[in-house]
Amino acid sequence: MSFDLNLIAESLPMMLMGIGITFKLLIISGFLGLTLAIFLLLMRISGRWYLSFPAQVYIYVFRGTPILVQIFIIYYGLPQFETVRDSIFWPILREPMGCAILALTLNTGAYVSEILRGGVLGVSKGILEAGSALGMSVRQKFIYLTAPIAARLALPAYSNDVISLLKSTALASTITIADMTGIARTIVADTYAPYEIFISLAIVYMIFTFGIQKLFGVIERYLGRYTQREG
Amino acid sequence: MSTSDAQPLIQMQGVNKFFGSFQALKNINLEVRKGERIVVCGPSGSGKSTMIRCINRLEDHNDGHIIIDGKELTDQVKDINAVRREVGMVFQSFNLFPHMTIVKNLMLAQQLVRKIPKAEARETAMHYLKRVKIPEQAEKYPIALSGGQQQRVAIARALCMKPEIMLFDEPTSALDPEMINEVLEVMVDLAKEGMTMICVTHEMGFARSVADRIIFMDEGEIVEEAAPAQFFDNPKSERTKKFLSQILSH
Ligand SMILES: Nc1ncnc2c1ncn2[C@@H]1O[C@H](COP(=O)(O)OP(=O)(O)OP(=O)(O)O)[C@@H](O)[C@H]1O
Ligand SMILES: [Mg+2]
Repeated sequence: MSFDLNLIAESLPMMLMGIGITFKLLIISGFLGLTLAIFLLLMRISGRWYLSFPAQVYIYVFRGTPILVQIFIIYYGLPQFETVRDSIFWPILREPMGCAILALTLNTGAYVSEILRGGVLGVSKGILEAGSALGMSVRQKFIYLTAPIAARLALPAYSNDVISLLKSTALASTITIADMTGIARTIVADTYAPYEIFISLAIVYMIFTFGIQKLFGVIERYLGRYTQREG
Repeated sequence: MSTSDAQPLIQMQGVNKFFGSFQALKNINLEVRKGERIVVCGPSGSGKSTMIRCINRLEDHNDGHIIIDGKELTDQVKDINAVRREVGMVFQSFNLFPHMTIVKNLMLAQQLVRKIPKAEARETAMHYLKRVKIPEQAEKYPIALSGGQQQRVAIARALCMKPEIMLFDEPTSALDPEMINEVLEVMVDLAKEGMTMICVTHEMGFARSVADRIIFMDEGEIVEEAAPAQFFDNPKSERTKKFLSQILSH
C-alpha cells in the first residue's frame, strides 16, 4: 500500500476550510455549556431539593447517554413535534448547526457542572468559616472565596473536558455539517483514500489539542500563582 | 477593670448543644465583662471549641440563651451578622484566604461587610500589619509565610473589623515551638490594650500572666472557674488537678 503525499497536500487546505466551523462549534457550545454548567451547579448546591433534584436528573441523563444519540434525537427527533416547529427556537433547530450546538452544549454542560462541583467540594471548610466569622454573607463567600478557589481546583479537569468537546465536534459531521471531519468524509468519498485523509485529519486535531493544553497550562499557572512559594 | 456592675459583654445562660444524640455542651453558664481576659482549657473533646464557636454562631446552640452586648443570638440572619461584626475569631489552622495577597486578606471583609472604601481599607490593613510586625509581607500570598506569620496575619485580619471581642481557638497549637512566642506576644499586647478576649489555649504561662479567669472544661461542662493563682495553686476539683498534673508535667 502506498501513501499518497500529493493527495494529503491537496486535501489538507480543503479540510482546513472546515476549521472555522469546528471552532464555531467548540467556542459557542463551550461558552454556552459553561454557562449552563454554572446554573446546574448552583441548583445542585442550593440545598433545596426542588432545585438540586432536577439538576441531578439532568446530569444523569446527559452523562448516561451517548452524545451521538443526543445529536440524532435533537436533529431527527425534535422536528416531529409541532410545538417545536411553532416555537421561537425553530429557526435554530431547523439548522443542523443549531442542533449540533444545542446537543454539544447540553452534553458538555452536564459534565462541566460535575467538574465544577468537584472544585467547590475541594474548598476547605475552615476558609469559609473564616469568612463567616468576618461577617461575610453566603453570597459574598461564594463569590469571593468559593468561586475563585474552586475554579483553580477544577481547571485541570475542565481543560480535559474542552479537549473532549473539540473531539465531539467531529460528530456534527453526521448531520451534514461541513466541519473538518465533514469535509474529510466528503474527500474520502471522492478519492477512496481514507488512510491518508483521516490520518492527516487526526494530526490536525492533535495539533489543536496541543494548543488547548498549552493555553490551559498558561491559565493554570496564572490562576495558581498563589500555590507556589516562589514568585 | 472596675466595670463589674455594668452589663456583661457576653452572657451564656443554660446553653446546651447536641451533635445528633451526643451532648457536646451541658448547661454552660458564662459571663464575660468588657475588658476581661478568659482562658479556656480542658482535655481534647471537652467542648472548648464548640463553646466559643457558639459565641459567633459558627455552631448553633439547642437550648439556653447567648447574649452578646445585649443582642441575643437567634436564627435571624440579621442578629447573627450583628454579633459577628463585634466578634473576631482566630483559628488553630489560620484559615487565610489562599488566593489573595496578605493585604487583600485584610481588606476583603472591611470592604464587603463594613463597606469601607478601598483606600481606607488598605490603610487600616497596613496599620494592623505593622502592629503584628509584618508590613513587609503585605503583597505576598499566604503560602509564602511561616505559620507564625500567617497566624499574626489572621489576628490582624480579625482586628481590621474593629471587634469588641476576640475569640482564639488554640492559636498556637499548630505552630512550631519557635513561632509560638511571636503569636503570644501579639496576644499579650492586645490584652494590655484592654481587648475582651476568650482564648482556648494550653499555654499555661500565657494563662497565668494574662488571664483574669481560667475556665476548665471537661465532658461538655464548665468544671472550674477561677483566677489564675487560685486555679494553679489551689484547684478545687479533682478533675482539674488531674488535668493540671498531666499538662504541667512536661
Ligand atoms: N460537627 C460535629 N459533629 C459531631 N460531633 C462533633 C462535631 N464537632 C465537635 N463534635 C464533638 O463534640 C465534642 C467536643 O468537641 P470540641 O471540638 O468542642 O472539643 P475541644 O475541647 O475543642 O477539643 P480539642 O482540644 O481536641 O480541640 C467532641 O467529642 C467532638 O467529637
Ligand atoms: Mg478544639
